[in-house]
Amino acid sequence: MTFSGEFIAFMGLALVAIIGGVLLLNLGKVIHMVVALIFTFVAIAGIYVLLSAEFVAAVQILIYSGAITIIMLFGIMLTKHDDDNEPKTGKWRKLFLLLGILGFAFAVYIGIYNFDIEQAPSKLHENNTFQIGEALYSKYIIPFELTSVLLLVALVGAIILAKNDKKKEADEE
Amino acid sequence: MSSVPASAFLALALILFCIGLYGALTKKNTVIVLISIELMLNAVNINLVTFSKYGITPSITGQVFALFAISVAAAEAAVGLAILIALYRNKKTVNIEEMDTMKN
Repeated sequence: MTFSGEFIAFMGLALVAIIGGVLLLNLGKVIHMVVALIFTFVAIAGIYVLLSAEFVAAVQILIYSGAITIIMLFGIMLTKHDDDNEPKTGKWRKLFLLLGILGFAFAVYIGIYNFDIEQAPSKLHENNTFQIGEALYSKYIIPFELTSVLLLVALVGAIILAKNDKKKEADEE
Repeated sequence: MSSVPASAFLALALILFCIGLYGALTKKNTVIVLISIELMLNAVNINLVTFSKYGITPSITGQVFALFAISVAAAEAAVGLAILIALYRNKKTVNIEEMDTMKN
């Protein structure tokens, strides 16, 4: 087996991504968990670059390690967390869940471990953003517009859900 | 052609998906459950981008689909957090085991 630069880059990025995920499961404080997950998100952006998807990598950095992490940090800071009293009950439940997930992982791994189809030469790395823009505005124009409607609905819905209902509180007093 | 086989990318996506699934099912904190769901969506996006390059007919469609999935995930995170804040205002807790109003 030859260790090419691409292979080394893949191994490093995959290691960082998995370590970030494992830290998410094992760290004690909630803030630390979210910060550990930033490593995973940035490493996944690197994986996208290896897969010749530069634009998706940039979007991943912007949306996931930028916006979603910040939104989750705000969610943590606006609520109160008592990290210490993690109840020790439910050990059997955790064990069964772990077994079930390992079974699931094994079943899927059997399906993919010697996944080998003939690789056709791809032109995705040439003018990647240009290709995505062309596809978005010609072939996928209707899903694109529907996405904007979805984002508007999510924006309005989030504001209505989270805003303080002053009128109702005044009625109760 | 390429030195990294496609199954390596698929295996990485599988591992990340399993970590996210375990976190979403065992963690007590609602914010961590939400963020584990984001991790699962991310793993699925890796699969989409992998098949856009290593599929039988490589095309840009996989990447466009990954972009749509990212935007839907962002909207889901915003709405989920708004629900979390509304619940916190009413019950003063983020423990997922105490959010059982619809159970009884």
